[in-house]
Amino acid sequence: MQVKTKPAPEIVPGARHPMEKYLRTDRLPHIWCSGCGLGTVLGNFLYAVDELGWDPDKVAVVSGIGCTGRIAGYLKLDTYHTTHGRAIAFATGLKLANPNLHVAVISGDGDLFAIGGNHLIHAARRNIDLTVVCVNNFNYGMTGGQVGPTTPLEGRTTTTPFGNFEHPFNLVHLAASAGASYVARWTTLDGRRLQKGLVEAMAHNGFTFVEVISPCPTNYGRRNRLGEGLDELRYYAEHAVIRHGADPREAEIVPGKRFLVGKFIEVDKPTYHEMYAAKVAEMTGGKT
Amino acid sequence: MSPKATLAGIHFMNGDEAIAEGAIAAGCRFFAAYPITPQSEIAERLAWRLPRVGGTFIQMEDEIAAMAAVVGGAWGGAKAMTATSGPGFSLMMENLGLAIMTETPCVLVNVQRGAPSTGLPTAVGQGDMMQARWGSHGHYEIIALVPASPQEAFDLTVRAFSLAERFRVPVLLMTDEVVGHMYERVEIPDEVPIAPRRRPTVPPSEFVPFAPGPDLVPPMACAGEGYRVHVTGLTHDERGYPDMSDGAHDRLVRRLCDKILRYRNEITFYEEVGLDDAEIAVVSYGISARVAYGAIARAREAGIKAGMLRLITAWPFPDERVRALADQVKGIVVVELNLGQMSREVERAIQGKVPLVGVFHAGGRIHTPEEVLAGIEEVAGCR
Repeated sequence: MQVKTKPAPEIVPGARHPMEKYLRTDRLPHIWCSGCGLGTVLGNFLYAVDELGWDPDKVAVVSGIGCTGRIAGYLKLDTYHTTHGRAIAFATGLKLANPNLHVAVISGDGDLFAIGGNHLIHAARRNIDLTVVCVNNFNYGMTGGQVGPTTPLEGRTTTTPFGNFEHPFNLVHLAASAGASYVARWTTLDGRRLQKGLVEAMAHNGFTFVEVISPCPTNYGRRNRLGEGLDELRYYAEHAVIRHGADPREAEIVPGKRFLVGKFIEVDKPTYHEMYAAKVAEMTGGKT
Repeated sequence: MSPKATLAGIHFMNGDEAIAEGAIAAGCRFFAAYPITPQSEIAERLAWRLPRVGGTFIQMEDEIAAMAAVVGGAWGGAKAMTATSGPGFSLMMENLGLAIMTETPCVLVNVQRGAPSTGLPTAVGQGDMMQARWGSHGHYEIIALVPASPQEAFDLTVRAFSLAERFRVPVLLMTDEVVGHMYERVEIPDEVPIAPRRRPTVPPSEFVPFAPGPDLVPPMACAGEGYRVHVTGLTHDERGYPDMSDGAHDRLVRRLCDKILRYRNEITFYEEVGLDDAEIAVVSYGISARVAYGAIARAREAGIKAGMLRLITAWPFPDERVRALADQVKGIVVVELNLGQMSREVERAIQGKVPLVGVFHAGGRIHTPEEVLAGIEEVAGCR
């Protein structure tokens, strides 16, 4: 591993973030570490919302707990920072109570797939019209770097001091198997592709899932000799292989080996809300 | 929308069904739950009724999700409810806390059964009364209502929705298996009194989402209304922004408690039965109080001047009324289907001024009038 020393980037006086209109600027600076991928995800999400041209008053973002869970709090939208793992269940209620809302869930791998795993697979099965963005940094960053459901075998974390010996989830395969109608994976290096993927996912009718592989230099990167955030991005550049339409079963992530990114699933099927409305119409003869 | 959602008229229905109808009459249009005995009739009736009145019924994957969806549904603008029993009540404690912290109006019904653990799924209990008070982590105040009949189950469900909106809190309806399953006459009025959601009165640019009004309750802006509110379970300031200072925390927790405690006279209801000349007072609630009516009548036949304070609101507890009772009567009998939960509150209020006899049973059946009468006789010194 090379440690590089660089001058701090200059802050340009008077410069504004192009997506400032969607930011709670009075809450900045954010809490994330230098080199973390979450700022990129936040930025790309806002570019995607802007590209969709949606009325921001009709966009709601729900998050759980953890580093990613803090994204909601920086967005100048209707935002809900809920309980650990329950963002999707909360979002289900929010969306069904007001189907005119565009609802996105942005949370981490531990939140969505460990404590919240049951809610994710059932929302996918029901095809609730939600977009779930999972920022996967392979560990629990907020609490100091513990093993998570995506930590690769032999990964070093504070609770796997001798190397991880649990088999990790392949999130792409899991989401696809549970019934997600759109599944993509990108890394925080793939800015434009990620933005396009988020636009596609949010515009798609039904339960859509975007995994974003993100560096966590402070916790995961440091303990696994991945270097700083930029070094981890360089690793992605060397190991990520774009293959649209690939079999989700082949989307495993194994350290030192190439891994797949791209759009895996894109299918049209009726949403929970559409099925519910159809059943009501059938029952009442359309007289509701 | 159905032209007439409320089934006005006289019905023969059980307590669970009455709760479902009370919810619809109160304007509940979002219900999320997970199957559990003895709550099933509530969910089944709402699965059949809500789609016909423009509402949403969803059976979630567990009670954690059910309660989370209810909190989300309330922020989506709906009047929202869930219903469960003991094991599910335990799972709901997490997001009950979220509802308290985020000041989310909603209703949580617990049809109590024998416990701990899986306990007696099909038989009565009243063992969750202290869990209702303190089951979620942290210090908070809670409103919990306890119906003693199907009619009261209907009425208190309506009242629960009103209190939830008035104070922006989750309200618990702590009924039990016997009230839930017994069939009685239930009269549903044409219209029920119901407090509306407290809306912002200023434009978004001037709105401070968690700045309380004079009564300590802030107005609520739901998703999609243009107010763009940040809502968090973290300790937060009046803007809704996380604030990790001890000052902000103490201020917030005190306000969340005080907004209930300051108005406890509007929240804490009870029924007095023959207390005017009573020398012995029964304190009871729910199905246990129904049994006590008969015991009081028999005690009076036997020459013991007995009466009853029937709790309709368990939380906040009627401290002052019970304290005053201790100055009037010679003894108090607490009747409940646990081994002494609300009786501790009674003891706390009467401060040893008069003797207290607990008529307790852990659950599985209701008391007999004879058991309650024996308690009355014991405290009256007849035994």
